[in-house]
Amino acid sequence: MVRYASLGESVGHTPLVGLPRLSPTDSVRLWAKLEDYNPTGSIKDRAVIHMIKVAEADGTLRPGATILEPTSGNTGISLAMAAKLGGYRLICVMPENTSAERKQILAVWGAEIVASPAAGGSNEAIRIAKQLAAEHPDWVMLYQYGNPANTEAHYLTTGPEILEDLPEVTHVVAGLGTTGTLMGVGRFFAEKKPDVKIIAAEPRYGELVYGLRNLEEGFVPELYDASLVTSRFSVGSRDAVRRVRELLECEGIFAGLSSGAIVHAALAQAAKAVAAGESADIVLIIADGGWKYLSTGAYSGDLDDSEDFLDTQVWA
Amino acid sequence: MSVEVRIPTILRTFTRGEKAVHGDGATLQEVLDDIDTRNPGLKERIVESAALRRFVNVYVNDEDVRFTGGLNAPTSDGDVVVVLPAVAGG
Repeated sequence: MVRYASLGESVGHTPLVGLPRLSPTDSVRLWAKLEDYNPTGSIKDRAVIHMIKVAEADGTLRPGATILEPTSGNTGISLAMAAKLGGYRLICVMPENTSAERKQILAVWGAEIVASPAAGGSNEAIRIAKQLAAEHPDWVMLYQYGNPANTEAHYLTTGPEILEDLPEVTHVVAGLGTTGTLMGVGRFFAEKKPDVKIIAAEPRYGELVYGLRNLEEGFVPELYDASLVTSRFSVGSRDAVRRVRELLECEGIFAGLSSGAIVHAALAQAAKAVAAGESADIVLIIADGGWKYLSTGAYSGDLDDSEDFLDTQVWA
Repeated sequence: MSVEVRIPTILRTFTRGEKAVHGDGATLQEVLDDIDTRNPGLKERIVESAALRRFVNVYVNDEDVRFTGGLNAPTSDGDVVVVLPAVAGG
């Protein structure tokens, strides 16, 4: 059934495609779940549509409300679409060092943007959004980092879809940002197939993004529960760019930069399985397509230049 | 014969501005003990009550040590340890 009553209801049910050329052997296979098939082109549509639905149902979100959210881009873009569907005003707090396309797309959808300083990355966006929320108690901050509906969206949809399409799944590799995807998928598999390994791929930014004044200003999303994760890898911009190009070259998939980090972590798991003589079916989540990152120059040209530029950016 | 430890900007006051320091040890704990002898006070910014501080992440060869034994995570010659403050995505 591919007919839906409205755009919001068409979220999810994304394709799971084999990666025959990147898979190392016939018994260690990689599969990509293409989240760019969602209405605004990213996995964030799942969390956003569910967070809005829950907030409307419990009365937090009323007609004509103003929504405020700290975001590095994709959540804001999903919210902008959902705000159109629900008739809300949207204000996004976004780090100034994010790709130009993200700002352009938000503007197209009618969202207002409050820029937060480059130094400190998303931590600063969160701090400023919390400050604005305190000054405007009538605004509604869905707060993706601590909203249980974010995790629940993946528990109810992403996890079940993976198991249905690939009952033999052994690993799920996803990006770590709000931790919503990994927490929801992790909780689903902990209940339904606990031997599945849940692997986190976390982008490692350049020094500017870690420019905190002191360590106490660090941030761990309230949703994060480390017991649901098997292992966690930090992937720098160079490896992410290298892998995103490899994915395009070998499998024809044009993915966003965070997906490069995910491919990198997935290939490490695949190599580990080959070395151990085990078979594996590794699902990796392609969080979005490459369109929003063309202006970063990451898809062509010199790898050193891409790395140098991205190390000043919140690239995932 | 040593492990390279990459230091985040905010902790370089303890390393005279050096981006990376070197230490010896078969575990993360031993490496941190060793670099602390030449960079006094550094370990205390990373470790609190015999555990990693909440807003500090430490990786050995890109893998988060909280999943590989914490301070007892094994280290060997040529390994790269990265220390970073916890930041958000999304």
